Amino acid sequence: MNKHTLSVMVENEPGVLSRVSGLFSGRGFNIYSLNVAPTLEKGVSLMTIVAEGDDQIIEQIVKQLRKLVPTIKVKDLTEVKSVEREMVLIKVNAEDSKRAEILRIVDIFRCKVVDVSTDELTIEVTGDQGKIGALINLLGRFGIKEIARTGNVAMQRSMQMDL
Amino acid sequence: MKLTGAQMLLKCLEMEGVEVMFGFPGGAVIDIYDEIPNSTVEHILVRHEQGAIHAADGYARATGRVGVCLVTSGPGATNTVTGIATAYMDSIPVVIFTGQVPRALIGNDAFQEVDIVGITRSCTKHNYLVQDIEDLAVTIKQAFYLARSGRPGPVLVDLPKDVMQQVAEFRYPESVQMRSYNPTCKPHVGQVRKVMKLLRKAKKPLIYSGGGVITSGSHADLTWLARNLCIPVTSTLMGLGAFPGDDPLFLGMLGMHGTFAANMAVNNCDLLLAVGARFDDRVTGKVDTFAPNATIVHIDVDPTSIQKNVSVHVPLVADCKAALAALRAESEASLDDIDWCADHREWVGQVQDWGREHPLTYKDDDAVIKPQFVVEKIYEITKGDAIIATEVGQNQMWAAQFYKYTRPNTLLTSGGLGTMGYGFPAAMGAQRAFPGKLVIDIAGDGSIQMCIQEMMTVVCNRLPVKIVILNNGYLGMVRQWQELFYRKNYCETCLDAQPDFVKLAEAYGAAGFRVTEKKDVESTLREAFALDKPVIVDIRVAREENVYPMVPAGASLTEMLLV
Ligand SMILES: Cc1ncc(C[n+]2csc(CCOP(=O)(O)OP(=O)(O)O)c2C)c(N)n1
Repeated sequence: MNKHTLSVMVENEPGVLSRVSGLFSGRGFNIYSLNVAPTLEKGVSLMTIVAEGDDQIIEQIVKQLRKLVPTIKVKDLTEVKSVEREMVLIKVNAEDSKRAEILRIVDIFRCKVVDVSTDELTIEVTGDQGKIGALINLLGRFGIKEIARTGNVAMQRSMQMDL
Repeated sequence: MKLTGAQMLLKCLEMEGVEVMFGFPGGAVIDIYDEIPNSTVEHILVRHEQGAIHAADGYARATGRVGVCLVTSGPGATNTVTGIATAYMDSIPVVIFTGQVPRALIGNDAFQEVDIVGITRSCTKHNYLVQDIEDLAVTIKQAFYLARSGRPGPVLVDLPKDVMQQVAEFRYPESVQMRSYNPTCKPHVGQVRKVMKLLRKAKKPLIYSGGGVITSGSHADLTWLARNLCIPVTSTLMGLGAFPGDDPLFLGMLGMHGTFAANMAVNNCDLLLAVGARFDDRVTGKVDTFAPNATIVHIDVDPTSIQKNVSVHVPLVADCKAALAALRAESEASLDDIDWCADHREWVGQVQDWGREHPLTYKDDDAVIKPQFVVEKIYEITKGDAIIATEVGQNQMWAAQFYKYTRPNTLLTSGGLGTMGYGFPAAMGAQRAFPGKLVIDIAGDGSIQMCIQEMMTVVCNRLPVKIVILNNGYLGMVRQWQELFYRKNYCETCLDAQPDFVKLAEAYGAAGFRVTEKKDVESTLREAFALDKPVIVDIRVAREENVYPMVPAGASLTEMLLV
C-alpha cells in the first residue's frame, strides 16, 4: 500500500465532487485526503486527492477518474517532481510551565500562533507531510486537543529543481 | 423559433432520429405528454417503468441505435433503476428522461421527489439535471452523443417540470463540444504491429470475443480475421452472434457454463486475443489459473477494462472496429507469404477434437421434455433466423448453449447484471424495431413473472412476441446451486404455486398453449410462431435438469462438471 497524490482537473459542474467521491466509495478505493477549489480557468476546478493502494489499484483509480465524463485531466504527481503542501491548525495544551517550550518549537518550525488562551495555543502550520508529521509528533507530548487539516494541495514543479 | 421545454424535448428527439420511445406518464411529465400528439415520435405506453427501460434497451440491442424512455419523477424514476443498471453493465446506449419536481421544490422532499441523478450516478455513463431551459437542447445533444460514443451506456436526463413549461429560443447544436470527453477510438499503430508480431509467432492462438464486438459493429472484421488466419473463436455470453455460431472454428461460450472445448482452449492457448470483452468472473473462473500459458492481448475502447481483472501483456485501447480493421489491414498483406492455416492446423485440430470428445449435450428422454430439446427445436424451426431474448437462469444458459447465433444483435440477454424480467420487455422493444421478424423470449417460470404485466402492452400494440416458458416449477438456477453446493436444501426456490399461464395469456387477449408431452413440442411451437399475435407457450420440462458443463464459482476453468 502506497500513498499517491493525484491532481485531477474537472469541469466545475454540480455533482462533480460526489461523482468523484462516489467512484471511490462504490469501488472500495481508499481516499486519504481530498481537496477541491476553483482554478483560474473559468469553470474548472482542481482536486488534489491522496489515495492509498497498490500499483494495480492506483492504476484503476487513475483510469476510472479519467473515465468520468467531467474529468479533464488526471496526473499522478507521485511519478513526477512536485510541491506538496498541507495547512493544519493544531490546538495544543499550553499551561504556563510548557508555553515557552511550545513557542520555541513554533519558532523552529516557522509556524504561527493564531489563537491563545490561558491554557491553550492554536498553531497554524503549512508544510509537506514530513514537516507536519514531525510537528504533530513533537507537540503530541503536550497533549493535542484538536486538529484540523486541509489535506494536501499539490502541483507539478515547473523546473526539475528542488527549492 | 420559440418553444416550451416540452416542445423542445420532442423536437430534439426528432432531430436525433428517434422514432419511438417507451414510457409512462405522471404529474411531472404531463407537459411533455401534452405535446406528444404533435410529434412524429411514437410513444408506447408500458405498464411498469421497468418495462419501458428494458424495452428501450432491447430496441437498442436489436438495432444498434439509441433506445429512449420517458418516465415521471419519484417512483417512476426509481422503477427504472434496475433497467438502467442492466444497460450500464452491458454497455447499451439508452437515454432515459425522467420528470422532476419544479426547481423551487427540489431538495424540499416535495411530493414525488427523488434525487434520481444521485441515485443513478453509479449506474449511468453520465447523468444530468437540467437547471435552465437554455441548457436543454445542448444537454440532450450531449446525452445522445455520450450514450453511443466510446464505450456506450445509459445516460439519464432529469427534467424539472417548470423547465418543461419555460419558453426559449430553440437551437439544436450540430455538433458536440466537450473538452473533458475524448474517448480514444483509433488504435496505436505501434501496438497493432506488436499484436501482429505476436500473432505470427503464436502456435496456439485463440480469439476471445465479447459484447464490444457487437456494439462496435466489428463482427465482419472479426470473422475475416478468424477465418483467414485460422484462429478458433470463443465468445462471452454477450458476444454470441459476433462470429457465426455454426462455423467450424467456433468453440461456443467459455466460462462457468462454457463448452469443454472453449475452456480447454483457454487453458492451453499460447496467445489469447481478447476483443471487446472484460474478463468477467463468470468467464475467468479462478483468475490465477486463467489462460496460464498465454500472452494476453486486450483490445477495448474502455481503458478501465484493461488490467482490471487479469494482467494483460499487450493492451490496445481502441474501438474494436478500428482495431480489428487495422489488424485486418496488416494481415491482409501477409496472406501471400504466410500459410496461416497450415501453421495452426495442429492446434485447430486439437481444439476440434476437444469439441468432439465433449460436445454440449444432455441425456434426452421421451418420458419428460428436456429444456435443451426445446431450445434445439426452436433453433431448428427458426433456422436461426429469429431474435432471441432470454430471461435469467437456466433458461438463459440453455438459450446460449443450444441455439446457434449466426448474426450479431440477435441475442438479447442481461449478461452483466443478470436481471430476471429483462427478456420479455426487451423482446417487446426488439419487436417494435422489427415488426416483421420472429422475436422469441426464452423464459423461466420465475423470471417471466417479474414483468408479465407487459402482456397488455404487446397485445394492444400488436407486437407479436412469442414467450416460450421452460417451466420447471423452480427458480431453477438457484435450485441447481442448492442441489450441488447446499445439500439439496431447496429453500424458497420451489414455484409449485403458479398462475395458469395459458389463461393468463388469454386474459390479456394473447394466445396460450401448454405442452406436457415431448411429441407436441415441435408442432405447438410451429403453430405458436405462425400466429400473428403475442403468445405464451408454457412447456412443462424436466424439473431437476441441470446446466452443464459447470465450473463451480471460484474454481479453475479446467475443473468442469460435465453431464
Ligand atoms: C431480479 C433478480 N432476482 C433474483 C435473481 C437471482 N436468480 C438468478 S437465476 C434465478 C432463478 C430463475 O428462475 P427461473 O426464471 O424460473 O429460470 P430457470 O433457472 O428455472 O430457468 C434467480 C432467482 C436474479 N438474477 N434477478
